[in-house]
Amino acid sequence: MKTATKRKMTEERLEEIRKEAWATEESTRKPSAQGEPSYYGQPALKAPVWTWEVPLYFFLGGIAGLSACVAFVAQSFRSDPALIRVSLWAALLGAAICPVLLIADLGRPARFLNMLRVFKLRSAMSLGAWILATFSGCAFLAVLCFELLSRGIRNPLLISFLRLGEISAAAAGLLLASYTAVLIGATAIPVWSENRKLLPVHFLTSGLGCSAAILELAGFLIPATQVLGFAASGIETLIEIFLEMRKRPVDAPLHHGRSGTTLRIAGLLEGPAALLLRVFWGSLPAGRYAAAVCFLVGALLSRYAWIWAGRASAGDPYALFHLQRKT
Amino acid sequence: MPISAFLTDASLCIGCKACEVACKEWNELPDDGFSWSGNSYDNTRALGASTWRHVLFLEQKQPMGSQLAGINEPFRWQFLSDVCKHCANAGCLEACPTGSIVRTEFGSVFVQPDICNGCGYCVVSCPFGVIEKRPEDGRAFKCTFCYDRQKAGLIPACAKACPTESIQFGDLEVLRQRGKKRVQDLQERGYSDARIYDPQGTSVGGIHAFSVILGEPEAYNLPPAPEVPTVYLKSAWTSALVSAAIIFAIVCAAFAL
Repeated sequence: MKTATKRKMTEERLEEIRKEAWATEESTRKPSAQGEPSYYGQPALKAPVWTWEVPLYFFLGGIAGLSACVAFVAQSFRSDPALIRVSLWAALLGAAICPVLLIADLGRPARFLNMLRVFKLRSAMSLGAWILATFSGCAFLAVLCFELLSRGIRNPLLISFLRLGEISAAAAGLLLASYTAVLIGATAIPVWSENRKLLPVHFLTSGLGCSAAILELAGFLIPATQVLGFAASGIETLIEIFLEMRKRPVDAPLHHGRSGTTLRIAGLLEGPAALLLRVFWGSLPAGRYAAAVCFLVGALLSRYAWIWAGRASAGDPYALFHLQRKT
Repeated sequence: MPISAFLTDASLCIGCKACEVACKEWNELPDDGFSWSGNSYDNTRALGASTWRHVLFLEQKQPMGSQLAGINEPFRWQFLSDVCKHCANAGCLEACPTGSIVRTEFGSVFVQPDICNGCGYCVVSCPFGVIEKRPEDGRAFKCTFCYDRQKAGLIPACAKACPTESIQFGDLEVLRQRGKKRVQDLQERGYSDARIYDPQGTSVGGIHAFSVILGEPEAYNLPPAPEVPTVYLKSAWTSALVSAAIIFAIVCAAFAL
């Protein structure tokens, strides 16, 4: 009898110690909701290590890429040269900042050139490094030719180089704005890989809306930017409705916690808020400025929310096991 | 050159952590911090940049094999030494943009520390959550399968140190056969939930460090059906290219109006 009590006491004490340990901040375990098997709720995957630079890069890369695309199309339709100039400079500015952000995020920044050591179709990160390098070169060429031409230097070679720079920057720009979605879509993180088809649509639309917003904020309150703004926030509204209606366990980080809240705010800003501003106050400059700012803020927040969602997803072993058992 | 493999047998492991210690000593790995996890006797929690062998301690309310003692309160204490799986199709290797991660002549997956620039893409591409970036160093690290020792004709430090032959090192096909035989033996002796963990049916295409486990793989934090993330590339790129074409058309329409 005495030994039994003593044993119980010891077991209770052990439970106490365990609960103390689990209550500390160092504990990474996630308690099970329905008693599913797991290893003390420890994460089964490693969370993304990317810091603030990467989501900002996703955002700026989208703007730069789509700005190059807008510049090329505007040039093709003989639009206002001032608008083309702003778009080209937005592309170049993005092309200048993006590599800095990416290099700053590396664990060994001095080794950034190792990225161009190999060319791997099967690695979105490798392709991305080459896409960014190509884009930067083309955007620089386009801006250089454009500025020389606008300073009265008339040379047929310059005009062909401008067109070459613009068309290749536009093509590389579309890839730059979308490969980042493939980059996170083709990973082991469930919330990313299960949304791999949706992410490119979102990233490209977001980049388009942002490049149009930049033009509007620069004073180009023309019908073209209005149409682009309507299209982008319209598609974003549909994406937002789609995300809200689809209830999959794997999507929990898109609805709950810090990532869920941020993503919802971002979705509302990019989608319905920007759309309604355009519908009701689109005829006023102030309405369009407000819609542009809404969209830009929403797009930036959304990139951070998706990265945070990846972290939350990596920390949830139950969602991962559930997904793999189902298929 | 034959393909090297590990067969780690949970039914033989006594949780002594000699493998963890031997690995740390040989590879000169930093400590993992000194904190209590509350997870049985396991305070390292998971594999990581500085933990290349990790002994799991499972406390399960199930009888051990055909044991009769304590049947009213069935309980078993299970151990398993986990390690990088050295996948046949390795997510980290496919993802690495610098070519730092390579396949060695022993069939193992090796991170060349002089090439890695710490981009962190391998970390999210490992379906087993093994490879990790060491913050104070900046680069990604994982089990090397003792590439240096194998080069010199030695067996990996963990297998050498294991006192119960729970960690066996040898030729891939030989160990696969041995693993199958061991599972059969265990099942005949009443361990009806003995099984081999080697996801050959998924895109990972089998692993070079498989284990004999008792019960569900989830309890050992092993994903039941891991996929190498490159299988997602086709659909993601298709979506990207189709959306890019549509977005381009929208821009054209806006300026044509």
